[in-house]
Amino acid sequence: MSNQEKLLEIKNLKQHFKVGKGTVKAVDGLTFDIYKGETFGLVGESGCGKSTTGRTIIRLYNATDGEVIFNGEDVHGKKSAKELKKFNRKMQMIFQDPYASLNPRMTVSDIIAEGIDIHGLASSKQARMDKVHELLETVGLNKEHANRYPHEFSGGQRQRIGIARALAVDPEFIIADEPISALDVSIQAQVVNLMKKLQREKGLTYLFIAHDLSMVKYISDRIGVMYRGEIVELAESEELYRNPLHPYTQSLLSAIPLPDPEYERSRRRKIYDPEKHLTENGEKRVLREVTEGHWIACTEEEFNQLKVTV
Amino acid sequence: MEKILEVNDLHVSFDTFAGEVKAVRGVNFHLNKGETLAIVGESGSGKSVTSKAVMGLIPNPPGRIKQGEIKFGDRDLAQLPEKEMQKIRGSEISMIFQDPMTSLNPTMTIGKQIMEGLIKHQNMSNSEAKERAIELLKLVGIPNAEGRVTEYPHQFSGGMRQRVVIAIALACNPRVLIADEPTTALDVTIQAQILELLNDLQEKMGTSIIFITHDLGVVANIADRVAVMYAGKIVETGTVDEIFYNPQHPYTWGLLGSMPSLDSTDEELIAIPGSPPDLLDPPKGDAFAPRNPYAMQIDTEMEPPLFKVSDTHYAATWLLHEKAPKVEPPAAIKKRMQGMAPDEPIIGAKDGGKHV
Repeated sequence: MSNQEKLLEIKNLKQHFKVGKGTVKAVDGLTFDIYKGETFGLVGESGCGKSTTGRTIIRLYNATDGEVIFNGEDVHGKKSAKELKKFNRKMQMIFQDPYASLNPRMTVSDIIAEGIDIHGLASSKQARMDKVHELLETVGLNKEHANRYPHEFSGGQRQRIGIARALAVDPEFIIADEPISALDVSIQAQVVNLMKKLQREKGLTYLFIAHDLSMVKYISDRIGVMYRGEIVELAESEELYRNPLHPYTQSLLSAIPLPDPEYERSRRRKIYDPEKHLTENGEKRVLREVTEGHWIACTEEEFNQLKVTV
Repeated sequence: MEKILEVNDLHVSFDTFAGEVKAVRGVNFHLNKGETLAIVGESGSGKSVTSKAVMGLIPNPPGRIKQGEIKFGDRDLAQLPEKEMQKIRGSEISMIFQDPMTSLNPTMTIGKQIMEGLIKHQNMSNSEAKERAIELLKLVGIPNAEGRVTEYPHQFSGGMRQRVVIAIALACNPRVLIADEPTTALDVTIQAQILELLNDLQEKMGTSIIFITHDLGVVANIADRVAVMYAGKIVETGTVDEIFYNPQHPYTWGLLGSMPSLDSTDEELIAIPGSPPDLLDPPKGDAFAPRNPYAMQIDTEMEPPLFKVSDTHYAATWLLHEKAPKVEPPAAIKKRMQGMAPDEPIIGAKDGGKHV
């Protein structure tokens, strides 16, 4: 993996929010890379800062500190409107709630073509319509759907419209923020299969944010586990599931119920208690690479121990 | 085994401007004493409506129980007047709702909310009820119960709120507990805690539970028996092992196949194509036929009856008819049928065996 081209580099990204008198450190010092053509999964429980990370990367929030480097350019640097527009074309987002993320007063064709209009990607009305039809077919809907309104569609179909909208401007990188959480199991599989197919065909890179670990494992090449605004473990997805090293990852994995009654009868849950996992001298755990591509937040001493045992 | 609740041929419809939506179309099931029955299905399959019918919570109008009976002891809950139903609701049958953020009253202390049922149903005095409320909070694992009993819902986290909801539901020692997606809004770690709590409480109190969910992992964890619902009907029912290791209905195959297992490799998920039917105008024949790759001519003409697989296992699919051609279930399902043997090595099993 490491010899692959980096599409996105995130360096010490911080996002703090002022709330009343205090600050909430939603994202507190993230550093990771996303390679071209891969799916990077970000998991963690609600409130761990995974969605904030996604939103900060695409510049829906201005980062408090740190850099997001996309194709060698800093996303958060000063930019003219023109540069920003160019950047917006490269990076798109798919949202969690297909009911709230589509404007109910716009037709499907206007929703999908909004990006096309803004970036002037269609030379004529006919070209615009053709593009919309093509996109609808790509995501498994048909042409007749173009003139309808979002309320006429089911959740799964709406999420397809959301995907078509993201694809309309030919992006390289898509941030999918819990794209399937609001959908039924059978529909989830449809959407995930569609996303995988599009990735193969268009060479897309995904940041896939979710709390459903089995789905994340299924779709991702590499996974970062977030806890309280920091990444505590990062590895290729097989490796992470076979060999979780951080106690938080272990607790998270042991909490997932699987559709297998025999397994469920014998499953023992590991409990992660952050109080017991404090370092003695207050040394901060930092991400260190234990084996190739497998990073874990640990102290110097733990790192040396892990090196021996792994 | 003693049947505590029996639902026979239940039909529930809602009258809308567009016409009559037949949400539940002839559901039969029973609940044994002390067991957990999971009702599984997608949204719109009628699982919540079924449970609301049992609780007498179908708003009328627009909803109505068209026919069928809900036998609870010697009473038929479908016919019971509201006054009588109020005596049962919350005391003999109680319910845990999906969203603990909205099912608690934000303007009442949680102590008051737990005491409400105790005072109403068990004629307790205020001080008795308060004592019992504290006991219940301890039972559901809320630390510092004495102090927290006077707090408001917003002072609790999501998982703790769901514990409070469970405490309210258990207040009067109900015989039947209906849990409608109680963990869907929660994180996996919190979900695991709540499931452990429910398992634990059932052991202690012998409550029978109807557990409604669409998460098959949760079902495998908590259920003794499973009923799979589709388009307002139960299409397959059996013990948890029968449903997970010997599923017969193509819809159950689809549900099981559309979930990735943690050790699955890059094989494509089996998505169920299409979407559920419109219950304003349910299709003729088998409602699942349009989405069913194994559908036969007869599926579009006649509804399949429930075929018996074993004494506890029934499935409504024509594939089980003696004249039906033998079909091969999808590979992932065959793997299940051949047994995710419990004795297989736990680590590194590649063939759909057990997980790390």
